[in-house]
Amino acid sequence: MSKAMFKMTTAFADVMPAEYVELVQSGPFGQGYGVADLGSFKELIEEHPLCAGCGLALAVRLIMASLPTPEDTVVVGSTGCSSLAFPQIALQNIHSLFGNQNAVASGLKRALKLRFPDKHKDVLVVAGDGATADIGLDMVMHSWSRGEKLATIMLDNEAYANTGGQESGMSPEGCVLYMAPTGKKFKKIALPEIARESGCAYVASVTPVQPRKLEKAVRRAILVAREVGPTYVQIFVPCPTNFKFKPQETLAKAKQREKDQTYPLREFITPEAQAYLAALEGGGKHD
Amino acid sequence: MANTVNQRVVTPEHLLFEAPRTKAFITGSEAASEAVRRANVDIAIAYPITPQSETMERIGNLFAEGYIRDYYRAEDEVGAFSAISGASRTGVRCMTASSGPGLMRGLETIASWPGHRLPLVFLIMCRVINAPLSIQPDNLELDYMLTSGNILLHGENQQDFFDYTLAGFAISEKCEVTLPVAVAVDGFFVTHARAWVEMPSAELKLPPRDCYSEAVPMIDNENPPVRIARDAPIQKSNFISYQMHAAWQQEIHAAHERSRKWVSRYINGLVEVVNPEAETLIVASGSAVSQSREALRQAEEMGKKVGLIKVKSLRPFPTAELRAACRHAKRIIVPEFNCPGWLNREVRATLYGHSEAKIADGPRVYGGITMPTELILEWLFKSE
Repeated sequence: MSKAMFKMTTAFADVMPAEYVELVQSGPFGQGYGVADLGSFKELIEEHPLCAGCGLALAVRLIMASLPTPEDTVVVGSTGCSSLAFPQIALQNIHSLFGNQNAVASGLKRALKLRFPDKHKDVLVVAGDGATADIGLDMVMHSWSRGEKLATIMLDNEAYANTGGQESGMSPEGCVLYMAPTGKKFKKIALPEIARESGCAYVASVTPVQPRKLEKAVRRAILVAREVGPTYVQIFVPCPTNFKFKPQETLAKAKQREKDQTYPLREFITPEAQAYLAALEGGGKHD
Repeated sequence: MANTVNQRVVTPEHLLFEAPRTKAFITGSEAASEAVRRANVDIAIAYPITPQSETMERIGNLFAEGYIRDYYRAEDEVGAFSAISGASRTGVRCMTASSGPGLMRGLETIASWPGHRLPLVFLIMCRVINAPLSIQPDNLELDYMLTSGNILLHGENQQDFFDYTLAGFAISEKCEVTLPVAVAVDGFFVTHARAWVEMPSAELKLPPRDCYSEAVPMIDNENPPVRIARDAPIQKSNFISYQMHAAWQQEIHAAHERSRKWVSRYINGLVEVVNPEAETLIVASGSAVSQSREALRQAEEMGKKVGLIKVKSLRPFPTAELRAACRHAKRIIVPEFNCPGWLNREVRATLYGHSEAKIADGPRVYGGITMPTELILEWLFKSE
C-alpha cells in the first residue's frame, strides 16, 4: 500500500472519529515502530471487548506492535476470542469460517503474489488453539507441507474459551473442563514438533511475559515467511475467565508454567532461515 | 509458474455470441476445460472426486500449458473452496469444481461465498450423495445449493457446459452482482459422454477480472485499512447483529434480482420455450431436458402436441418467465433426476395462484437410473 493513501480528505477531517484521526496522525504505518515504542504511538487495536486480564488480548496487542510492515499486512483469523478483537484492529483482516484460516490464507497469498510479484505483502494467520490444532489441523498442516509462505500464530489459551471453556486438543492432560468432566485423557498436541516436521522454516513458542521475545518471534516468523517458507509461533495466553483465576494473575500463571516446564519455550530455525535472519538482523534492523 | 500463452482479449459478448465457432465432438469435461482455457483464469484449485476429476485434471494441464497462472491440488473440498475464497478476496479470477459428496463436505464454505461477496465460478458435476456409497448421476445436491446464495445455472448438455462456464465469469464479476456463480450439469450423462460443441477460437479469451469495479473492496493492502466496527456485530449488541445480518441477507437477495438481466443476456434468457402454444407442458432442467426433447418428438409422432420449458437458471429462478409460459397450460409434468423433486417444488410454488394447470408430482428417477422417454410419455398422458 502506498503510505500516501493513508490520509484524510481535508473537508472531512473535523468529522472523522477521534481515534481515526489519531491513527492517521500518529499510527504505526510506515514508521518501523516496535514493542519498545508502545505508549508513544497510536496502536492498531482500539477498545477491544475481551475479558479483564485476558492473555490473548495482551498477545494480540503485542503482535500488532511487532509487525514489520503493518501497511502491507493482511491478517487471516478464525472463529474464537480473537475474532472478537479483529473487527477493532486497523488492518485488512478476514474472518471466513472456523478452522479454514490457513486454506483461505493460501489462496490469498498466492493471489497477492500474482498481482504484486515484486512487493512483500505479509499474510499472517492468527487463530486460537481450537481453530489451529483441532478443527483446522488438516488445513494448517497442508499449508505447511505445501510450503505456503505464511506466518501462522496460535493463541493458545488451552480451551475453547469463546464458547464457554470446553476441552481442546491443546488443553493440558488431566485438566477438568466442559466436555472433559473427568479430566482430559491425552497430552497437549505437539504442534511445534508437528510444524517442524511439516516443513516450517521457523518455529517458536513464547508467552507475553517477555514482550521483546514475543516481538522477536513474531518478526522472525513474518520475515522468514517472506523469503524462506512457512513459519509457526505458538503463544501461551492464559485465560482467567475459564481457568478461574484472578485477572491480575495472568502473567504469573504464564511465568509459572514456563518455570515448571509445563509450557516450554522453544525456538527452531532451519539453517536456511538462520542464514537469512543473520543477514537481516546483522544490520540491526529487526531485533 | 508457467508462462502465459498469448491470447487476444475480447469482450464476453464477442466471445459468447459474435466470434466464429468451429465444431468439436467432445465430452462435457472437455467442454468445461475448453471454456476455462478461454476464460483468463488466474487460479484454479482442484480436489478429486468422480465424476468431476477429469475436468480439474484437464484444467491442471491448462496450467502446465500456460493458460492459467496458478493451480494446485488441495487437501480436501473445505481447503479448496476456502483457498479460492482467499484468492477471490484478493482480486484474481478463480474457479474450482466438485460433485455430490465433495460438494456436501464443502457446503459451509460454499454458503459463505455469497455473504463475503466473492466472484468466482464453481462447476458442479452432479452425483448422488452417500449413503450407500455410489458414484452415479443424481442431482440431489442442487437442492442444497438452492438456498446457498450462489447463482445457480443448470446446463442441459456439453454445449451448455461450455457456454454457461464462460458466461459464469462474466456474470459473477458484474459490479451489481459480485456473487459466486455455480454451473451444474448432470454427471456422466454430460461429463463423460461426447457431443458436438461449437466453440470460438482458443486464441481468444475474456478480459481479466477488473476487481476495483466490484461491489466490495479488495483485501490487497491497496486501500487504507479501517476498523470494521467500533462494536463488532457478533459481540455486545444483539440488535446491531440482527440488523446487520438481516440487511446483508437482503442485499444478497437483491444482488440476485439485479443479476437477472446479466444471466439473461449471457445465457440467452433464463428459460427456453419449445411449442409455447401447447396445453400439455414439460418443465425440466439439466439432462431431463434432453430426454424431454426426445419425448416431445415421440409425442408429435403420435399426433400429440407437447410443450417444453427448459429452466436454465435455478437461481435466479425464472419466476415471471415460467408464469407467462404456463398461463394457458392444462397439465404440467416435471421430470427430474432426484428423489425429493426440488424442481417440482419450485414450479408449484412459482405457479401457485398463477395457473389453473394440474401439476403432476413427477416423474422422477434417482440413484443413477436413467430417464426413459416412455416414462415421460406415460406421465404426460396418464390422465387421459
